[in-house]
Amino acid sequence: MSNESVSPMMTRLEGDAPEILVSLDILKRGILVTPIIVAVCSVFAGMDGAISAVYAIAIVLINFLCAAGLMAVTARISLGLMMGAALFGYLLRLGLIFLAVFIVRDTSWISLGALGGTIIITHLGLLVWELKYISISLAYPGLKPSARKSPTNQR
Amino acid sequence: MEALIHIAAAAVDPADAKKANAAIGAGFAYGLAAIGPGIGIGYVVGKAIEAMARQPEAAGMVRTTMFLGIAFTEALALIGFVVFILLGL
Repeated sequence: MSNESVSPMMTRLEGDAPEILVSLDILKRGILVTPIIVAVCSVFAGMDGAISAVYAIAIVLINFLCAAGLMAVTARISLGLMMGAALFGYLLRLGLIFLAVFIVRDTSWISLGALGGTIIITHLGLLVWELKYISISLAYPGLKPSARKSPTNQR
Repeated sequence: MEALIHIAAAAVDPADAKKANAAIGAGFAYGLAAIGPGIGIGYVVGKAIEAMARQPEAAGMVRTTMFLGIAFTEALALIGFVVFILLGL
């Protein structure tokens, strides 16, 4: 057994970033589900609700992409920096979400109920949906391989 | 000094005072709602970094789990944020 200690400050991760793949998949599913959410919000809050729902979905998807991008970039530098980026990224993203809502709070087309409800439902819904397609294994650390791409299915 | 306080209290419209109190309460609620997820994300990321430093070959798995953990924990902060925008923004 080696006594050599591994410093998280010096260790860096090479290779593909699984969180980027996951967040791009979430983006794809978010775009797919947008018309349904917009239709539901437009039933409850009219045109304002529909526009607010689109805005909320954009906030959620950009939030996912920012989180993944920040982690993927910093992981190539060092694990310690990735930890800092995850923690300060959380604060930064909360601040950006606050700013994004604060800017539009007094506009005529905003429906705060639809905006808030869509933010929560889209964020949680997309995450739970994505869990179905995540394969946390050594061979496939990110997404599950599709049936077509799987080496076991090739003839 | 006491007279000034009385004058200021009399000048404030009760509806405005209620609105201001709601905004202050919502701000506190948002702040408190952000503390818990902050601690949770710190714990998740700290343990993930530890795991990656111990077993770099499993880093991909750990990163995916960490990303999902952060996203789920962040949902709590978003719920607090939505309560804030509905009550006080």
